[in-house]
Amino acid sequence: METGKQHKWLVALSLLFSATYAHADWTVNMRRGVTEISRQVFDLHMTIFWVCVVIGVVVFGIMLISMLMHRKSLGAEPATFHDNTTIEIAWTVIPVIILVVMAIPATQTLSAMYDTGDAEIDIEVRGFQWKWQYTYLNEDPAKEVKFTSSILTPAEEIQNRVAKREHYLLDVDNELVIPINTRIRFLITSQDVIHAWWVPDFAVKKDAVPGYVHEAWTVVEETGVYRGQCAELCGKDHGFMPIVVRVVEQDEYETWMAEKQQEAADVFAIVGKEWGMDELMEEGEAVYARNCATCHQTNGQGLPPAFPSLVGQGLSVGPVQDHIDIIVNGKPGSAMQAFGAQLNAAEIAAVTTYERNAWGNNTGDMVQPKVINDQLAGQ
Amino acid sequence: MSAVIEQHHDDHDHHGPAKGIMRWVLTTNHKDIGSMYLWFSFAMFLLGGSFALVIRAELFQPGLQIVEPSFFNQMTTMHGLIMVFGAVMPAFVGLANWLVPMMIGAPDMALPRMNNYSFWILPFAFTMLASTLLMEGGAPNFGWTFYAPLSTDFGPPSTTYFIFAVHLMGISSIMGSINVIVTILNMRAPGMTLMQMPLFVWTWLITAYLLIAVMPVLAGVVTMMLMDIHFGTAFFNAGGGGDPVLFQHVFWFFGHPEVYIMILPAFGVVSAIIPTFARKRLFGYASMVYATASIAFLSFIVWAHHMFTVGMPLAGELYFMYATMLIAVPTGVKVFNWVATMWRGSMTFETPMLFAIAFVILFTIGGLSGLMLSIAPADFQYHDTYFVVAHFHYVLVPGSVFSIMAAVYYWIPKWTGNMYSETLGKVHFWLSFIGINVLFFPQHFIGLAGMPRRIPDYALQFADYNMISTVGAFIFGFSQLLFLFIVVKCVYGGKKATAQVWEGAHGLEWTVPSPAPYHTFSTPPKVDLQEAHG
Repeated sequence: METGKQHKWLVALSLLFSATYAHADWTVNMRRGVTEISRQVFDLHMTIFWVCVVIGVVVFGIMLISMLMHRKSLGAEPATFHDNTTIEIAWTVIPVIILVVMAIPATQTLSAMYDTGDAEIDIEVRGFQWKWQYTYLNEDPAKEVKFTSSILTPAEEIQNRVAKREHYLLDVDNELVIPINTRIRFLITSQDVIHAWWVPDFAVKKDAVPGYVHEAWTVVEETGVYRGQCAELCGKDHGFMPIVVRVVEQDEYETWMAEKQQEAADVFAIVGKEWGMDELMEEGEAVYARNCATCHQTNGQGLPPAFPSLVGQGLSVGPVQDHIDIIVNGKPGSAMQAFGAQLNAAEIAAVTTYERNAWGNNTGDMVQPKVINDQLAGQ
Repeated sequence: MSAVIEQHHDDHDHHGPAKGIMRWVLTTNHKDIGSMYLWFSFAMFLLGGSFALVIRAELFQPGLQIVEPSFFNQMTTMHGLIMVFGAVMPAFVGLANWLVPMMIGAPDMALPRMNNYSFWILPFAFTMLASTLLMEGGAPNFGWTFYAPLSTDFGPPSTTYFIFAVHLMGISSIMGSINVIVTILNMRAPGMTLMQMPLFVWTWLITAYLLIAVMPVLAGVVTMMLMDIHFGTAFFNAGGGGDPVLFQHVFWFFGHPEVYIMILPAFGVVSAIIPTFARKRLFGYASMVYATASIAFLSFIVWAHHMFTVGMPLAGELYFMYATMLIAVPTGVKVFNWVATMWRGSMTFETPMLFAIAFVILFTIGGLSGLMLSIAPADFQYHDTYFVVAHFHYVLVPGSVFSIMAAVYYWIPKWTGNMYSETLGKVHFWLSFIGINVLFFPQHFIGLAGMPRRIPDYALQFADYNMISTVGAFIFGFSQLLFLFIVVKCVYGGKKATAQVWEGAHGLEWTVPSPAPYHTFSTPPKVDLQEAHG
């Protein structure tokens, strides 16, 4: 009777929850992942988990028996023992043996994780507040593909104004693309605060620390899209810097890489030409939305005092060169980043122009990508 | 025994408490100061708890509903700081003040005036810390671990106030621990050797040494931050030749002993309560002392297991993994000893015993997940996820906090002279027990499934368990108001308590009348060896 009632209540409760998020899958365990290392890690996890379960069942079982049997209300008389050298040695030595046995496979897996040599592709992963930048290192600098990867989930979904789509918070504009069955080395660092690059399916998690380049590696054995998140508190939008890795067949990777290298070449061409005001404003608005609006807000009003307003005050209406400098170099000791490393010359020119002419700033100033490019080259 | 006390008490009638507010401001009485510590810590517990409820309310559903991410980060930071430094640590100092002198047969703490100072620093420190919420730029928002450079180059202006608040808390803790050590080493009643002290006194002695060792390290690290922020140094700034990872090493050299500072006195409390209600002597007293000392020693050499993903070399990684796994051994010894104490006892299940048993079970669950976390390769998947959040809340809430509640129920008849309401106490226990497990158990699952900690919004697959967790948080949070009611009711009245209070209670504090007179043991008691530690 009592349990029947309880059962009904539980069913009602679970119905309530499943009705709210019918599409959500109930994951309760670590993922096995898609690499040799991630499977080893999963096995270690399950082994230590079952060791803990067995210890728990034994200890709590004995406690339960004791609580049921050795009650004063059942007339139990207290025993007088309070020492037993044999059993005390046993429960010291047995855990030590379990730990030693556990430490052996853990050491092997850890050593394998640290063996970062012989990589076929080197990718620099650089954390920014609050996005990732990926650079495919290449001996020929002209062929170096570099792009930033930011969250794609629109503010409307986060603010609950529209329905949340699949991969809510776990979608990015530019995915990291890597080939299957290839040894990839990640060189992980940061431009500002400490972040952590984590893809659960690869069992790769490494802190991105400014001033350090940390190494991690993976060989992915299944094609697919793998999602992760920044795992180290890095400020306001720590929860909004996802990681998406698309693992593809070798030939698909090569096609993609060729395209990216072509795009890089195209950018050079674009930078070279003379831009019109409308073109700069249109491009500038897009660049602003991607890079600046989280802090300075879409309306340019910012969130003072941490993120100053750009409307009718400050550098946006001050000398042009100072304005360019702060965008390129950032402001040390504040959240204002150095965008010179993240944006190309056309984007910097466009966003500068946009900030000087949007929201009624109307300075009429126009900044050409060529000028910026010369300045960046001179740095 | 008690006859001697009463007679002596009569001689010193004029030494009763002063009247009015100045009694509390100027008091040097260990009982008054103990009460103030406990009330202060309960106020902080409610404040820190209300921040936790803001966090859980925001996480009830995916999306941002209640607070902005920047305020969310202030809540997680302030919740952690206030619970660690404002709630748990002062509560144990309060218990030490009330109990250590009565347990060792001393008339008061060795340094009563310093005792007064060390308490009265705290309200100022926490007013300063809490006032940062009202400052321009908001409160500290970089987590209670305040990793540089997020807390230095990127911190809000209020960081300076945070630094001074931490300095004050450190001064208070160091003064408190000096007092505990001096009292225990010099003021034990004749005949009470170290190995006859109650385990609560032993665990506090060891805790006090830990505090003296690591609070200066904390003061050092925040001072280096202060220098980086205001005086142009670059201890933690890679751009200036400093090292952000150095911050983490220094912080966790403080931080790991700190977590044991918050649990060792709990071991002492539970080691007092279980024998009382099992009506049987504590099993393995000597091994309990040695295990406590071993845990304290190990706490100094395992700090970097909080930093497995920070990019240490393989040798360092392996060393910290092995050393951390070792902690399981002395911790296991303690748990086995408690179980062996219960075994073949004659148990009753009054509220303190319920909390103590829940402590043993739930702390062990937290300990076992700690063992899982020690496996460095697996920690790469656990690190900075809700699995870690579940782990340390299991050892801190049903661990430390339950032990504090157990202690209050156990000793409050001695403090007030009245019995608390057993029915309400049990209701409080069951609400807390259910609430805490509904709150934290699902966090193991969302952590393993991949939800990072310290995020204000999450992907949809984590929605169900977050919702359950929030329900548990509100059950647990609001049942603490019942605790407040029970304590206030007990202070104002209730069934009169006898001197021994509990049938199975042993120890010097149970030989004085209930309520304990304002001055106890003005002349040292005669120590009955069997009585001393039960």
